[in-house]
Amino acid sequence: MKKNIILIFIVIILAVIPLFINSNKEFGGADGEAENVIMEIDNDYEPWTESIWAPPSGEVESLIFALQASLGTGIIAFGFGYAIGKRKSDK
Amino acid sequence: MKKFNILVLGILISLMVSVNAFGMHIAEGFLPKEWCIGWDIIALPFIIYGYISIKKIVEKNPKSKLLLAMIGAFIFVLSALKIPSFNGSCSHPTGIGLGAILFGPAVTCLLGLIVLLFQALLLAHGGISTLGANVFSMAIVGSFVAWGVYKLSRKLNISTEISIFLGAFLGDLLTYVVTSIQLSICYPSEVGGIGASFIKFASVFAVTQFPLAISEGLLTVVIFRGLSKYFKEEISIIGFLNNKEETA
Repeated sequence: MKKNIILIFIVIILAVIPLFINSNKEFGGADGEAENVIMEIDNDYEPWTESIWAPPSGEVESLIFALQASLGTGIIAFGFGYAIGKRKSDK
Repeated sequence: MKKFNILVLGILISLMVSVNAFGMHIAEGFLPKEWCIGWDIIALPFIIYGYISIKKIVEKNPKSKLLLAMIGAFIFVLSALKIPSFNGSCSHPTGIGLGAILFGPAVTCLLGLIVLLFQALLLAHGGISTLGANVFSMAIVGSFVAWGVYKLSRKLNISTEISIFLGAFLGDLLTYVVTSIQLSICYPSEVGGIGASFIKFASVFAVTQFPLAISEGLLTVVIFRGLSKYFKEEISIIGFLNNKEETA
């Protein structure tokens, strides 16, 4: 348990430090930056197709990302709960 | 099982239909059409292999269903976490390593596709036209690297946990190296060609990804510790089955 906490702590540190050492940066997505590199190399390039549907705003996008994460977390939590309960009742 | 079949069939069909539309790591419309189709064709056999392999595992071992759902859920969670990185941009881990190491690389080829499809359709993250390319880099290369590195490390008598860390870490990192290669093939620089382009793309993707890959490795170890404690039986059954089959 102690080890898990240490490992998770390192993960948090790794995510937080960049916010301070690069506090003037935007922290946009790396995929967006890659698009910029493409434009730099070939400035005539036009994406030949667009997303069928895109979230209308950053808020809606964060909603869907939160749903994605909570859906996953729910399944993982259910699994562990199930296993722990089963182990108890087996004893 | 029937529902599952229909789901997978649906995904496969949408994959075929959407051959000229994809996107997750490489954004929608940012690969030339021929390459989109090419990557789809390369990815397809792995997806089918993944489907067959999941079916076999579930048939042999109905008990492993829950574990299977959990490793899929882990990919879902990790790919939703956009984490800040040292160069001032954000990216997210893939979560592929855990499943690839536990169940073998075939399984995560299919699970990765499902997550990529979700993000392409609902989040405009990646794309339908670039789906094959993204499946190749994340779900296929990521899976095989994570699994291969883990196997190799174990052979070298490195402890299970460190082997898992190395597998997940390198699987994540290589995903983005491959993404950089995929982009640089299609966009060679006027000066320096593919090599110069690769350096540009890699400095965006791989550099951002390095600390995240470490995080992914650590999180994978944390969840593995939990799984190995509470799903001992399931893991040993699948682990043994797969290890022997896959290496043979």
